Amino acid sequence: MARQRVKFTFPPDLIQEPIIWRLGRHFDLVTNIRRADVTEDRGWVILELEGELEEIERGIRWVQEQGVRVDPVPGDIVEG
Amino acid sequence: MSFAKNLRCRECGRLYPLDPIYVCEFCFGPLEVMYDYEGLRRHLTRERIEQGPLTIWRYADLLPAQGEPVDIGAGFTPLLEARNLGRALGLRRLYLKNDCVNPTWSFKDRVVSVAATKSREFGFDTLACASTGNLANSVAAHAARAGLRALVFVPADLEVGKMLGSAVYGPVLVAVRGSYDDVNRLCSELAEKYRWAFVNINVRPYYAEGSKTLGYEVCEQLGWRVPDHCIVPAASGSLFTKIYKGIKELAWLGLVEWRQPRMSVAQALGCSPIIEAWERNSFDIRPQRPRTIAKSLAIGNPADGYYALKVLAETGGYGVAVSDEEVVEGMKLLAETEGIFAETAGGVVVAALRRLVQQGRIDPDETVVAFITGAGLKTAEAVQDALNEPVLVEPSIASFEEAMAQRSGALPTARG
Repeated sequence: MARQRVKFTFPPDLIQEPIIWRLGRHFDLVTNIRRADVTEDRGWVILELEGELEEIERGIRWVQEQGVRVDPVPGDIVEG
Repeated sequence: MSFAKNLRCRECGRLYPLDPIYVCEFCFGPLEVMYDYEGLRRHLTRERIEQGPLTIWRYADLLPAQGEPVDIGAGFTPLLEARNLGRALGLRRLYLKNDCVNPTWSFKDRVVSVAATKSREFGFDTLACASTGNLANSVAAHAARAGLRALVFVPADLEVGKMLGSAVYGPVLVAVRGSYDDVNRLCSELAEKYRWAFVNINVRPYYAEGSKTLGYEVCEQLGWRVPDHCIVPAASGSLFTKIYKGIKELAWLGLVEWRQPRMSVAQALGCSPIIEAWERNSFDIRPQRPRTIAKSLAIGNPADGYYALKVLAETGGYGVAVSDEEVVEGMKLLAETEGIFAETAGGVVVAALRRLVQQGRIDPDETVVAFITGAGLKTAEAVQDALNEPVLVEPSIASFEEAMAQRSGALPTARG
């Protein structure tokens, strides 16, 4: 089993969608929210995903396809 | 000796031992090094610092590493009074902190020197990073010095020339097929899987502390005084927050008299998530897709953006985003007035400085320090098209004098 910490950033039109619930239903993943900030027009959630590595990668791809931005928790790692 | 005491979560305040960890297990907030300031206050004096080496390691007591430093000479770079540039901009007490002259020609040597030292202390055998430029150069160089293996991840479409400054030190260069975001994701997964020192991931709390030395040096070089106003370029925002932390630490320790400096941030318009949030009066960073010639500042989702915004608010600083054209003008102005060829980030800072003066946001008599963080040959292509053509002449005095008269309207003064 693998674990990955990620940050989801939701655009305004997806704030009311139960994306994280669907992620747990459609994929064999445990989602564990640690910190979040959701306002009317924007939201981000920092969470841990637990499951097989391939399943985590498939799940993240699906979340991205829904229009959610997915980043590593430390922010951008590639520096100039 | 280091007075580092523990790591503390910047969000929830939980404490952790000084291990190679970077996020709080509870809230996934970033960790920061804390020190025994009482012990430091008893131990540290100006004289002790002044007797130290002419590198960042003169401040070893204030850094989080214990072992023999991995030192290729980073730091204690010149603080130059910039009379010509000051005159051009309308500032009477302008100083330039010239970090172009570090061993691999950028301020990254400060952070990587600390990261490499700490990594060796932790017993890592590999120093890793993901970078398109300055950071890669510095990691490769310090790993060579430390006898560590260097692993440098770059996007596969990076120009060969950009890899040269790293490749020469003999690292393993890994070119990743895919987008910038793909490289980001892969590196965060690799950092979880392998026991490497990834300088800006699992060693980041220690690495970032190296930037404090810019704050220490500026105060020391001003005769142990705090400047009125600092103009700092921002990518992740870490450098900016740590310079301020360094200045505040010196005041806590009684090594300088506290005066609130104004801390201002400069970014390139094509990648300015910190400035964009500042202009909205918000602490919520909206990630951007970078589109600027200032590649060393091109971080669309800055790790320390929120903390940079807090420093801006605390110090009454300003955020300035400048266009790529202004960046090139800034680079040229700096070179033509002060003889310093900086990379694009330096152009961003000079252009931001000019904007702040035009907006009346800097008093002409303030002591202003502009941080020039990397050398120009790294981004020579940025100014290539903006330079004067050479004066082409035949090998005869007549041809030379004719060409010079055409160019300047006057003949050069002859001897005798």
